[in-house]
Amino acid sequence: MKGALELLQRVSAHADACCWYVAWNPAGTLLASCGGDRAIRIWGKEGDSWECKCVLADGHQRTVRKVAWSPCGKYLASASFDATTCIWKKTDDDFESLTVLEGHENEVKCVAWAPSGNLLATCSRDKSVWIWEVDEEDEYECVSVVNSHTQDVKHVVWHPTQELLASASYDNKVCIYKEEDDDWECRATLEGHESTVWSLAFDPEGRRLASCSDDRTVKIWKESTAGDGSTDESWKCVCTLSGFHGRTVYDVAWCRLTGALATACGDDGVRVFREDPTADSEQPVFFMSAHVPKAHGQDVNCVSWNPKEAGLLATCSDNGEFAIWKYSSDS
Amino acid sequence: MELVSVLLNRAWRLTGLSDKRSRRMEEKALEVYDVIRTIRDPEKPNTLEELDVVTEKCVEVQELGDDEYLIIIRFSPTVPHCSLATLIGLCLQVKLQRCLPFKHKLEIYITEGTHSTEEDINKQINDKERVAAAMENPNLREMVEQCVTEPDD
Repeated sequence: MKGALELLQRVSAHADACCWYVAWNPAGTLLASCGGDRAIRIWGKEGDSWECKCVLADGHQRTVRKVAWSPCGKYLASASFDATTCIWKKTDDDFESLTVLEGHENEVKCVAWAPSGNLLATCSRDKSVWIWEVDEEDEYECVSVVNSHTQDVKHVVWHPTQELLASASYDNKVCIYKEEDDDWECRATLEGHESTVWSLAFDPEGRRLASCSDDRTVKIWKESTAGDGSTDESWKCVCTLSGFHGRTVYDVAWCRLTGALATACGDDGVRVFREDPTADSEQPVFFMSAHVPKAHGQDVNCVSWNPKEAGLLATCSDNGEFAIWKYSSDS
Repeated sequence: MELVSVLLNRAWRLTGLSDKRSRRMEEKALEVYDVIRTIRDPEKPNTLEELDVVTEKCVEVQELGDDEYLIIIRFSPTVPHCSLATLIGLCLQVKLQRCLPFKHKLEIYITEGTHSTEEDINKQINDKERVAAAMENPNLREMVEQCVTEPDD
């Protein structure tokens, strides 16, 4: 399944600053970018090119690290080094700041919406993961603070179908959380990476989890049921992709439409991996299908698959740019 | 006989190339050293060079290909104080990011055996998210600026 990544457009999105993250809205028609200039920009396609539709510049006092769209597409959440998470509501042409979630002691590194739309998770350098509930009146309430990590929590991601959360940390571990008696708790700790785990992605069915790390590898984890009826969950590492990345792997994204795995690396490269369909599902095999060695002039921080258009990929870099790519393969 | 002389010529030429290459790495290392040696120590009124925190030998340069270089710096903080060591690491990051004209990736480490928590310090200094957040802290930023700004800037 040899593939190729074709560059469609390169945009200088955040002048003189890092572009830390890009996120597609659920409809796949808008791309939100955020960065070191403390702004969020919303991009839409006009004809053949991506143009800036609006700028959200006054929401944060420091770097905006990540943005996340709600499943309905009407809200945008932004996580910032200023220790707050801002919730924005989409109006016809613009976004208005709805509320600011406070509580973390220092930089918020990530925000993620649960597929149900009623829950939000945030994580921080303060080592904690916060779960927030949102009601019909757009009121946000923190329902759990979980302290399972011993260092900064870099990323949180929700399972695509179950109410299950995963977090990645500077302590080299991944934690899995579930709700038990109205309280969220860590049910499993995944150890194996030899350095900071920067990001996570579930596969389309939610049966496997991909993690990427400063140790220059990507690991694939699968839940193994004990078979004795116990509620203890254990996740095993069933595959490690090593030798492909020259430096820290900052992000990993698993395409819902095609199952392709994309990575963002500190060696300026973007890579796409495909799974060997003939391999045993307990011991999956991934091979590199496409690789752009100098996708950007500096570290690639984020990689994001368009949820509606198969093969459309957005990436962004420390040089303030984002790029749109078309991935195609001969399968 | 002709084949042997062809092989010998090729061997001599290859040696010449690798000499040129290591000379280029040395030149790059000196360029790097020139940028870092004038950084002032956060506590003392001396430069990192004067205090032997950095030396010419502490800079290693490797070719990453296509006019891009990997720079590895191993510095020796004068005191075992953890926060000062991280501050010096931060100064090295910032000054090189700003002043080095050629494309590079950077790794900064404390020299082995100079600190009890060196693994912790090395991890912090090389985490770019931590570095970026630290530089947004006004007090830390001010301290770094004082250490890296050249007198005639």
